This record gives sequence, structure tokens and C-alpha cells, in this order.
Amino acid sequence: MGAVYGLAAMGITLIWGVMNVINLTHGAMIVCGMFGLYLLVNALGVPAYATLPLVLVAGFLIGVALYWIAVHRMVDRPPLMSLLSTFAVNLMLVGAGTATWGTMLFNVPVSLPRLSLSLGRYTFPGTHIMAALLAAVIAGGLFFFLHRTRIGKSVRAVAANREAAELVGIPTTRVLALSFGLGVALAGVSGMLIGTMFPFTVLAGDAYQLKSFVVTVLGGFGNPMGALIAGVGLGLVEGLATPFMPVSWTLVFEFVLFVVALLVLPGGFAKFRRVRTAA
Amino acid sequence: MKRLWLIAAIGVLAAGPALADDDTITIGMTVSQTGSLNVDSVAQLHGCELWRDEVNAHGGITAGGKHYKVRFVTYDDQSQGGRVQQLYTRLIVQDKSQFLFSPYSSGLTATAAVITEQYGTIMLIGGGAEAKTYELGNKYLFQLITPADYYLYGAVQALKEKNPHASIAFVYSDDPFSRAVIAAARNHAKDAGLKIVLDESYGPTNTDFSAIINKIISSGADAFLGGGHYPDGATLARQLHEQKSGLKWVSILVAPDSPQFATLGAAADGITVPSQWEPQVKYKPDFGPTSEQLAKAFSDQFHGDADYHVASGYIEGLLLQKAIEEAGSIDPEKVTAALNKMDVTTYFGRDKFATDPQHHGLQLAHQMVLAQWQMKNGKLVKEVVWPDSAKTSGVVYPLPGGM
Repeated sequence: MGAVYGLAAMGITLIWGVMNVINLTHGAMIVCGMFGLYLLVNALGVPAYATLPLVLVAGFLIGVALYWIAVHRMVDRPPLMSLLSTFAVNLMLVGAGTATWGTMLFNVPVSLPRLSLSLGRYTFPGTHIMAALLAAVIAGGLFFFLHRTRIGKSVRAVAANREAAELVGIPTTRVLALSFGLGVALAGVSGMLIGTMFPFTVLAGDAYQLKSFVVTVLGGFGNPMGALIAGVGLGLVEGLATPFMPVSWTLVFEFVLFVVALLVLPGGFAKFRRVRTAA
Repeated sequence: MKRLWLIAAIGVLAAGPALADDDTITIGMTVSQTGSLNVDSVAQLHGCELWRDEVNAHGGITAGGKHYKVRFVTYDDQSQGGRVQQLYTRLIVQDKSQFLFSPYSSGLTATAAVITEQYGTIMLIGGGAEAKTYELGNKYLFQLITPADYYLYGAVQALKEKNPHASIAFVYSDDPFSRAVIAAARNHAKDAGLKIVLDESYGPTNTDFSAIINKIISSGADAFLGGGHYPDGATLARQLHEQKSGLKWVSILVAPDSPQFATLGAAADGITVPSQWEPQVKYKPDFGPTSEQLAKAFSDQFHGDADYHVASGYIEGLLLQKAIEEAGSIDPEKVTAALNKMDVTTYFGRDKFATDPQHHGLQLAHQMVLAQWQMKNGKLVKEVVWPDSAKTSGVVYPLPGGM
């Protein structure tokens, strides 16, 4: 589950890192991924995991469209403007979803018994293992894209210094749209993966959005790999803390860790690593 | 021309609240059209609407020789207490609602009750099970459903019959309704001599129960009682199944009552749910439709299956109608007196309200049933398995496939 948190958070952190926009449509985009999975599986009979590339491409296109509609004119304005703009889009999407489907429960029956793992009396369902593997593969793909391709390097250049990137001829507006599209595609894919594991409703995005923000901050804003590591870390904390404390305290424990991390390592875990390396 | 429009607009505004004439009864309520309570709340509204349409088609409510048509005023409370407070004030003051139906859920009903009591307006409650609301000296609240204290009574009794040495894990949502249900269920379990090996709540927004289920497995429990509302209950059922929790009995609140629960497939098989009403229940009504007639009328009008939220919406209207007819008037004090005296059996079962000042309005007579999803001829169907007098099938124990 931690890897999926990480994947979702990578979407937020990529957008923030490149254009300093906090994308509040993130939860709605996660839900779009869930419904993409549901509709493709139920209406078109597409096998559950074959929906991944379709959701990825659709998420990217929706993200690019969203960038031009709601974000482009807000990029150089104070952060509150883009926050409000994406929040408004989020409300519209959730409202339209509720009007269409209500908050009824949707379930996509996916089962991978051969992949499930049993350790004594404890079982790790195959769907969870598959989601973690796919999340890791996508994260690896993103790392490769950002570090080994020309466009990816442009994205990093824009994130580092937009004006300098423009001076060397990088089409920054297109890079911004591309980054937003990628961020939304990551949200959509993490929604799709969550949809293979759990039933969901139109309102399911809020809880995952909150987790994504926690993971983003822990991993260091603007650092996709930090987000993935922090996501896995948060998943482990949830799993390891529960046997030793009442379940309702797990969230409190997570947020205490979050505050401590903010105080001790305001730049996130990745920053810590970098500082140590430099030293 | 502009002036003409202005006059017309003022006319419409002035006439707005007074559109209802003397022969119309205005009933106000909020509905969670949006937000997390949407599914159950809208089902409850549909039950109310079915009653309203039937009453109006038959000429309205007859009282004191007059026939009153029924008119509803509804607003979306967005599943939020703050909205409920504003909107019930508006329903009473601005919309001149003579009677009120409750919002859905214990939390929203408790909030609405503060306002309705302040204005002395009768509110019939089909969606607020928590008993605490009725222990505050209120005079105009009437609860039609079994209080939360008895939600899991049937599950504990049925479990005890099958396994008198069962070990129970109570895992439940940290909200007022679920906490009230489990607080009482703990005592029922102790009285029945059952062992409690785990007792934990989780946050209402929890989405992944993997770690909690590992804890259930470690506790050695063979029975699970808990859940809360809609999404968490369904997720719990699916994860208990996938993680092979080894449980022999699972009772989950609210979620499994929905027909949609069957989409969980094998994970739904054998799950039990306490229910205020099921279409198969065959009470002999003193008046109004039978369960079968209600289920058919609902399916004809709304093209879906009636669940207990539909039934508890319809009963709000039916008992208000009965009270007005008995009172022979729409005077609130006379209708209150008629409701206080009421002891009736309908398709919904028996209803009678506490009249002592400490518990006024609390439901005393209505009994819940325990339903279980069972696989029959490759199809999941919901059967009533408790009490014996209402059951349509035997209990399946242990759970098929040893969830």
C-alpha cells in the first residue's frame, strides 16, 4: 500500500516541483482512475491490469487539458490563486460525480490467488503485491524519464530555474503542461491500482489526497523519489505500529511523525540524504 | 416593462412561503443529496416520497372532515451538521413546515433535534438510532426505529446459539452511532457468556484495514462484529475475505443491507447485518401496506429494491398520517398526544414511544431482524435468519470457505 501512496504523492510533488502549484484536484483525479478502471472493466470487458496504460494515457490528456483550463494563467500568480482554482475544479468534479453516481459503492472484483503470499497465519493478497510491483515499475519509469531522456531533463531544468531554461531555448509552457499531465496521470494510475484492491465511492479521493500530502512533505516537496520512499515508509509505519497500539491511534502516531519530520528535516528525507552526502 | 418584472418578482417572493394553502400540510426535511451519507439518505427520502405520492393519489390525509394534501420541502444538508442546523431553522421559520422528518444518521438527527425542540415542532425520526438524543428531556421527537443499543443484540444471540464459546473481535468506526452500538453489544456479549478478545475502533476515514485484520488474526477471534457505515463496511468485508482471516462469523453494520453489497461476490457470502426491516418480513399490519406491497410499489416507482432505509422513510409518513387521523386535527399538541398514545403494528413491525420525561420519544417496541447474504443457485440473496418468528432461512455457520 505504501508504494501506491508514494505513486500518488509523486504526482503532487512533480507538479509542485516544476511550477509551485499545489494541485487540489489530486483526490478527484485518483477517483477518476478508479472509475476509469470500473468503466473499462465493466462496460468494455478490458482485463483489470490492461486498463493501466489506458488510464495512464487518459490521465495525461486530462491533465494537459486541465492545465490549460485551470492552471496556466495561475502559474506566476500567488500560490493561493492556483490553490483556489484547482480546489474549484475539484468541487465541480466531485459534485458532477455525486450527481451522476451518488456515493454508491463500486467494486471491481480482481483476484490474484497465485501471487498471494502466506506467512504463517497472515496473508498478503495478490492484488496488493501486484499494486506494489506496478507502482515500483512506474516510479522507475518516471526516474528513467526524468534523468535519461531529453524531455525529462527539460522538466528538471524548468523545475530548477524556469528563466534559465527559457534562455537556453526550452519551451517552458509546454514543459509545464507536460508535467501537469504527468502528475495527473500518476494520480489516475494510483487510483486505478487502489480500485483493484478496495471498493470505492466518488468521495474516496479525499482520504488518499490527505495521505499524498503527508507523503509529499515527508519526502520533500518537489522530489518524486523522496515521495516514493516516504510513501513506502508511511505504509510500513501503518503496518508496524498497529500491533503495538490501538488502531485509532495509528493516525495520531503518523501525524506526530509528520510534525517531527517537519521540525527536524523541513526539506524531507531526501534533503537529509543530500546534506549527509555533501558533508 | 422593467417595473412589471419587478412587481412580478416581488409577488413571487411574497407568495413563496405561503404557496401552501389551508388544505395542504407542509412537511420539511433535509436530505444528504451530497456527501458521505448520500446513499442511505436518498433511499430514506424515496420512502417518504412513495408515501406522499400514495397519500395524495388517494385524496390526502383526512382529519376533522377535511382532506389535506401533503407537500414536502427538502434541502441538501451535504451530510454536514452545520447545514442541518441552518436548514431546520429555515424549514420551520421561513417555509412554515408544520411537521418535520429527520435527516439521516444519528449525528445529523441530534443536531436537528436541538432546533426542532426549540421551536416545538414535531419531528419523526427514521434515521437516528443513537438513544442519547432522547434522554435530554425533549417533547416532540419520535423515534420509529430500534435504538442503537439493540442493533447487535440479534447477532449476539444467533452467534451464541451456534457457538456458545465464540471469541469476538469488536472492530468499529469511531463515530457516535457505531460507538453506541458496540457499547451495548459488549454488554450483550458478556451477558451471553461470549469472550471478547479484541475491542478497537478505527477512524471513520480509514481506507485500508490490512493491519487491523492482522491484529484480528493474532487475537484468535472466530467472530467479528463491527463496521460503521457504508464504504468502510464493504472494504472490511472484502479484505477479511482476501486476507483469509479464518473467521466463522461476521456481522457488519449498515453496509451489507444495501443491494449493492452483492457486487462483492464471494466476499459477501455469509455476512450478517442487523436490519430494521427486510422485504420478506411478514408482520400483520393494523393499517397501511404489507411488506410485499411496499416492496412492489417501490420497485414500480423507483425501479430498484427497497431496503430498510426506504422502509424507515415510508414509516415516518405512515405514522404521522395515522396520528393526524387519530387526532382529527393538525394541531401540534393534539398530534403529539396521538403519537404519545400510539401502539401499532405495520409492515415495519410494532412501534410504541416512551412517554416518560427522561426518555420521551425513544422507541420501545420495534424489533430488528438479522439478515445474512447466502449463495443460492450461484446467486447471492439476503435471507432473514433471526429471530425464529421472522426467519426465512437457517443461519449458515461457519462462514462458507472459512473467511
